[in-house]
Amino acid sequence: MSIFEYNGSALVAMVGKNCFAIASDRRLGVQLQTIATDFQRISKIHDRLFLGLSGLATDAQTLYQRLVFRHKLYQLREERDMKPETFANLVSAILYEKRFGPYFCQPVIAGLGDEDKPFICTMDSIGAKELAKDFVVAGTASESLYGACESMFKENMEPEELFETVSQAFLASVDGDCLSGWGGHVYVVTPTEVKERILKGRMD
Amino acid sequence: MECVFGLVGNDFAIVAADSSAVHSILVHKSNEDKIMILDSHKLIAASGESGDRVQFTEYVQKNVALYQFRNGIPLTTAAAANFTRGELATALRKNPYFVNILLAGYDKETGPSLFYIDYIATLHKVDKGAFGYGSYFSLAMMDRHYKSGMTVEEAIDLVDKCIMEIRSRLVVAPPNFVIKIVDKDGAREYAWRESVKDAAVPSA
Repeated sequence: MSIFEYNGSALVAMVGKNCFAIASDRRLGVQLQTIATDFQRISKIHDRLFLGLSGLATDAQTLYQRLVFRHKLYQLREERDMKPETFANLVSAILYEKRFGPYFCQPVIAGLGDEDKPFICTMDSIGAKELAKDFVVAGTASESLYGACESMFKENMEPEELFETVSQAFLASVDGDCLSGWGGHVYVVTPTEVKERILKGRMD
Repeated sequence: MECVFGLVGNDFAIVAADSSAVHSILVHKSNEDKIMILDSHKLIAASGESGDRVQFTEYVQKNVALYQFRNGIPLTTAAAANFTRGELATALRKNPYFVNILLAGYDKETGPSLFYIDYIATLHKVDKGAFGYGSYFSLAMMDRHYKSGMTVEEAIDLVDKCIMEIRSRLVVAPPNFVIKIVDKDGAREYAWRESVKDAAVPSA
């Protein structure tokens, strides 16, 4: 079994009209065994920037700690929050540092940039960035997620419709993947508020 | 074949571990204590490579004591868990420790807690957790009978159910178990569940 499939994960981020949604599953497993059904894969870097880390949970935790450290230093020096594009470059650099002994993670970065323009990107485990205008996916359920998102996505969705779309695409995909699921965590971020919701899907 | 499991109750946490020290087909002893008392209100139940288990848990114990000497206050359970995870994570890509840990503790402000720490430094706060082949049976029993806010009697009943299940269904089941509890009055040994007693060592 691949090291990326050891813990199981599913992540998706989608762009709407001046907003974005980022969703993750809640399962923490060790190969076939489920350890917990309330694992948090998405973390807030600042009010307008969210980071989701799929792949090996230990590396996701280490990477998250390193990134929060770097962002806090940046905040102290620059006296402001990092822009999503800048943060993506930081993540990419940190991943490539370990080119020949990488972190087994695939990050999904979602944020609101200048003029409240939503920004999403993903990258592979050595930092190859993939910017997208519509949606990005990661994790063991990524192939299903590509299909579901491609068929359900529409441009310029309002936050409520975006939430519905992301949730339906997400639940449909993780149901076909045994290593991810046990519900979902969805964050819908607009310039004024962050709405966190927990999805109840098939609990198996 | 090492079995470690634990759960959180009303205002206590309980961990149980088997007590056989095995090398290949030989059982060296059946009364090995694998649950270390980390400090007054913390327990660390460890399973895995025997040398690593003893060395690593002693290392954590001494560092937790050092913190208390230096700072005059004890670490919280979450802080001790994060320290343990950090040490495992740092060693992971150099000289990994093959030790799985359940860290149980009681804090005055937050009550009892149980942390699951994998040998590859995956950290998660759980209500019930288990390691080893015995986990297939103990987690199943706990999934069926656990409810939050159990009393000590109910929890010990559940622990005994898990031990019975392991004894009857695991092919090379360990004969003896030690149970330790941590609550507001501190961490202490609760009971042994022995079905095979080691011969008494003759005095010199």
